[in-house]
This record gives sequence, C-alpha cells and structure tokens, in this order.
Amino acid sequence: MSEFVTDNPEIQSETDDPPRPRALRKPRRHGGALGSWWQRINIPGGVGVAVWFVIVGVPLYFLFVSSGRESADYLANGPFSPPTNLSFDNFTTILESDFPLYFLNTFIVTVACVLIVQVLALPAAYAIVRSGKKSVARVFSFVLLGLAVPAQAVIVPLYLLITQVHLYDTLWAIILPTAAFALPLAILVLTSSLRDVPKELYEAINLDGAGSVRALFSLVLPLSRSALATIGIYTAMQAWNGFLFPLVLTQDVSVRVIQLGLWDFQGQYGLNVPVIMAAVALSLLPLLVVYLVGRRYLLAGLTAGSGK
Amino acid sequence: MSSETQTSSQAGRPGFIWAVPAVLFFGAFAVLPMVAVVYLSFTTYGGLEAPVWAGLDNWKRLTTDPLVVNSLWLSAMLTLLSWLVQTAIALPLGVYLASKGRMRSLLAAFFFVPLLMSGAAIALLWSTLYDPNFGLASIIGPLIGVEDGNFIGNPKLAFYSVLLVIAWQFIPFHTLLYQGAARAVPVSLYEAATIDGAGRFKQFTAITLPQLRDTIVTSSVLMLVGSLAYFEIILILTGGGPGAATRILPLHMYITGFRGFDMGYASVLAVILLVLGTALSLVITKVTGFRKMASQREGL
Repeated sequence: MSEFVTDNPEIQSETDDPPRPRALRKPRRHGGALGSWWQRINIPGGVGVAVWFVIVGVPLYFLFVSSGRESADYLANGPFSPPTNLSFDNFTTILESDFPLYFLNTFIVTVACVLIVQVLALPAAYAIVRSGKKSVARVFSFVLLGLAVPAQAVIVPLYLLITQVHLYDTLWAIILPTAAFALPLAILVLTSSLRDVPKELYEAINLDGAGSVRALFSLVLPLSRSALATIGIYTAMQAWNGFLFPLVLTQDVSVRVIQLGLWDFQGQYGLNVPVIMAAVALSLLPLLVVYLVGRRYLLAGLTAGSGK
Repeated sequence: MSSETQTSSQAGRPGFIWAVPAVLFFGAFAVLPMVAVVYLSFTTYGGLEAPVWAGLDNWKRLTTDPLVVNSLWLSAMLTLLSWLVQTAIALPLGVYLASKGRMRSLLAAFFFVPLLMSGAAIALLWSTLYDPNFGLASIIGPLIGVEDGNFIGNPKLAFYSVLLVIAWQFIPFHTLLYQGAARAVPVSLYEAATIDGAGRFKQFTAITLPQLRDTIVTSSVLMLVGSLAYFEIILILTGGGPGAATRILPLHMYITGFRGFDMGYASVLAVILLVLGTALSLVITKVTGFRKMASQREGL
C-alpha cells in the first residue's frame, strides 16, 4: 500500500507523521510553565468541539446501541436507557430477509461502475493531456460542464431513455447513469495527475519507438495508479450510496439495491426501530471497514477534485 | 488504434479517438438527457405512452403553480442557510482539528464517520431520532419548548429540522477540506504574530482566514452546487411535507413527475434546475480557474 501516494498532499499528511506545523498552537515562551500551559489551552475551541462531539456522537451511539437491543426493551425503556442484554438477533433478522440480495446487487453495481469509469476515463485523460490538439481540449471543458448538473435535472429523460432501450428494472439501469455522472470528476482528477508527469518521460518513451498504446500501458497506467485508486473510491462511494437512479429506474425486488432496501425496511418493520437501525449499521459496514483499514485513501477519494 | 494517430508531427501521441468512448458514454447518459429534457418540457408525457407535443402548455402552467414559487423560495433559503451554518461550523472545526495531537486526530477520525453514511441511512437514523413518541425528540422537545416533541410534523419546524440533518451530513466533508487547508498554512506566520503579541482571536482573523480564502471559495461553491441535489434526506424524512413546508425544487420535480406522472411539467421544473446547475458550473470554472489551467497547460 505504501507505494500509493495520494494526489492531495493535505490529505496525505492525515496519517503519517512527518514534523508538521502546529497550526494554532503557540510555541512555548520562556514565561514559565503556568504561562505556556495557559496559552496552549483553547477554551472556546474546546467548548465548541465538545458540543459538536455530542451532536455527532449521540446519533451514532444511538445507531449502534439500538441495533443490538430488543424491540420491547427499546419501546419500554426509551431510546437512551442503558442497554441491557445486547444481542445480534436484529442482525440475524436482517440477514434472513432480502437484505443479502440487496447487498449483492449493490456490490455488482459498485464494481461495474468503478470498472467502467476507470476504463473510460484513463484514455480520455491521456488524450486530453497529451494529444496536443485543441479539439480534445474542448472535450475537456465540455465534460467539466457536467460537474455541476444535478442528476434530478435529467432524471425524466433518463427514464424515457432507459425504458426505450428496455433496460428498465435491470442493474444496467443503475450502472450506466451512475458511471456517466461519476465520469467528469474522474477525468478531472486523472488529467491533473497526468499533467504532473514531466513531458520528457512521454518523449523518451516515444523515442524508444513506443506508440500511444504502449505508452498508455507502460507509462501512463503505472503513473496513474494512485489517481485511479482515488477515483475508484470516489466512484464506489457514489454507487454504493446512490439513491435517485435506483429509485426511478428500478422497481422489482430482484434488482433492489441497499439504499432503497433500507427505505423499504422502514415501511416493513415500522416500529421495530432496532431492526431498522441494524440494517442501517449493516449498510455502512463495508465503508466502515475501508475507513478503518485505509482512512487516507478513503478521504482522498472523498475530496477528489476539490483539493485544488 | 495508434496507427491512425501516428502522423509525423504527432508520433506517439494519442489522438482524439482515445477520448471518444468516454465522450460517447457521457453524451448518451448525461448530455443527451440534458437536451431531451428541454424537448420534453414542451410535451405531454405520462411515462407509459410516447410524449406528445404540447407547445407552451407546460411552461404556461408555471405562472399558475403556487408550489413552484414556494419550492424555489425553499431551495434558496435552504441553500443560503446551509451555506451559513455549515461554513460557520466546518471552518473553525477544521482549523481546530488541523493542529497536531493524538487527541485531535482521534477526534477527527470520529467526526468523519458520518461521511461514510448514505443520505438514506442518515435520513432513517434521524427519522427515528425525530420520532415524537419514542425518539430523542420526545426527550429534547419538552426541554426547548416543543411540548409534543413533534419537529418534522410541525410546518414551522420541519424546515429547520431538515436543515439540521443536512448540516449533520455535510459538515464533516467541509471540515475535512478546511483541516487540509489549515495544515498548509506556514507556521512561521503564527510565530511572527505571537512575537508581535497577537492573541489567538487576532491570529485567526488576521492569518488563518486570509490564508484559507481559496478553500472558502471551493467549499462554498461545492455547497451551492450540492444544495441543488438535496433530495433523499427530505424525501425520506418528510416527503416534502407537512403540506409543502419542505418541498424544495428537486422534490417538487420528482413528486410531479413520478408520483403524479406529469412528466411534461416535471421537465419544465427540471429545466429550471438544469439552468441553475449550468450557471453554477460556469461560475465554478470561472472562480476556480479550471478552464484557465486547462488552456495554459494543454498538450504540453
């Protein structure tokens, strides 16, 4: 993993520990121990952070504790009573429902989106940076215009398009638009990473007699690995958490994805809050694992393109 | 593939054809719909049979739809208030978390957990918390003057309840941006200011804020653009209600098109969204200089 270098130097410093500026902290002065201690304490900052800690922490605590308690316990003792006899029963209930199918569907959608985006974005970014043609540069501005168009603005014609090509109620109906909407940012991130490659490298490999295909595989691909990881994570998050496209373009239980499934559970289990919370907890499990294993890469993927 | 591009001056350079697959794909599923939505706004389309030309009928309905002004107003207010609230919290929080220290990096790791949650997951969590009978709202409500604990069912409070959840979802992302930017501020600036006797607040306003200017722009632009796409949180929490108290423009479009099957008129609303989105994206390219960067360094 250490061979990867994230594109965003700020994010990169997230987890490793080179000497780093201590932003708001004042250097010790020779004014005595008490003075320096007093200066380093940031009271308004501490109070503000404590408040935010409660605002973030209480819902998350509620989520994880509720998912482990019985419905009767929840209804009788209220949401914040100390949990008694926590169990995995709610998770068993979820795993015996259609949830594993939703999980699988979402997984397929996610993998397909990541593959499509990477396979399409890399050659495009390579051409934009290296073709030396104005026409390709124009493509770039054209694609960038797609960055800010909300998916809601095109969902009606997408519905028409998807029904016309008979993809309604298939996983393709989710995959194709999701990948298309992830493409602009992917191309943006890849082009800025490829621009940092010295042009002498391209010239050298061309002098060696390599055509653009071989240059792509032996130069561009290896150099773009961290950028590809970043856009892979970005696309995967978009696909895993996507809601609008599945909502409008699918209907059947057999192609249901996790986010729609969660909403379904709310109707299905109604007052059985602990089961719903268990489903929510399960839905974010894969991302939580990625977060714990490779926080740096995940955060880089999240802020892809905005680290300018 | 490469043989087409290997003219003498262009030896080894990739040609336009390399960008064609991405352009076609993006064109089919993003650009074609952007054009088609304009056409559809002049048709009657119920989702099952083919669209039928209807001229300006749908556009004339804009003037008589009381919900459209309401939804535009709600979208504008939500955008503005979200921007204010999220920036006011994310900026100082990001700066605070930028300092080194084991405690702070643990806090940062914890604060970023909501980033992993989808809109649907956050909406379900909060709709449980907002439950007036069994949720957190039943405990907090009486303490702050909402005796029945009913926040999202109350036309006056629903909007602010939604605003809070949206802030909860997006503040971590912007905190992350500000944390990264604050780390890049040269520490020598603070040392110099300390020698000059500037206090913490003075340092924040005189050094940190000016140094974060670019990030404030980026973060603000992302918030503005993102606010056009607020959708599933509100759909799941309130469905746009009570009444139309939280029916922002994207939701008004969705309900009109896919609950009322009035997709012609929904396309009119979508065109408005499209125009707003495109206008904002032009602002982005201007403000952040993506286009300038592109033209300066194109083709190496």
